[in-house]
Amino acid sequence: MARSIKKGPYVYHRLLVKLTKAKASTNKRKAVIKTWSRASMIIPGMVGETIAVHNGKTFVPVFVTENMVGHKLGEFSPTRNFKGHAGNRKK
Amino acid sequence: MARISGVDLPKNKRGVIGLTYIFGIGATRSKEILSKCEIDESIKVKDWSDDNIKSIREAITDDYTVEGALRGEIQMNIKRLMDIGCYRGLRHRKGLPLRGQRTQTNARTRKGKRKTVANKKKATK
Repeated sequence: MARSIKKGPYVYHRLLVKLTKAKASTNKRKAVIKTWSRASMIIPGMVGETIAVHNGKTFVPVFVTENMVGHKLGEFSPTRNFKGHAGNRKK
Repeated sequence: MARISGVDLPKNKRGVIGLTYIFGIGATRSKEILSKCEIDESIKVKDWSDDNIKSIREAITDDYTVEGALRGEIQMNIKRLMDIGCYRGLRHRKGLPLRGQRTQTNARTRKGKRKTVANKKKATK
């Protein structure tokens, strides 16, 4: 079932705080925001930021573009890494 | 010959059924269109008057995307998912089911015909 519109999109509170901090600091804009909150929705305010999303093992850097708004952060940080079967060498 | 949005409709079928031969129009929309144009559903396609056909054509172009335009839209949506590199996009690229279904068995609709791997079952004892 879809989330109630009344509540608005879910974004982890601490992530929002980090986001406003990152926007406020103007030094180089290089700092990536680390988060474990894969369930947070990508909101327009995140466009242009790089967010490192945890996949259970490492933080995967996600550069947020306009098309991604409305998706969840976890969708961009795969939790499984299938490298193919043994002996599957062709191409 | 009722030719609507690039599709020849079958002559000998009832209007509601005939319209569903257009990609993007199913039973529900077909009913909506006919009631909007005030044409009885049971009238066969061959018995439609030119005015009927004209009003149906207008009703479709006004309210719905069908056929080529709709196919293009679907392709664009899939392409968007693949371009942003989200999970659903990755699954589209690999040709696997998108919505968390199992893939150890089944999932043949997405994966296609079975590809047998040679020498897979060797009893190691």
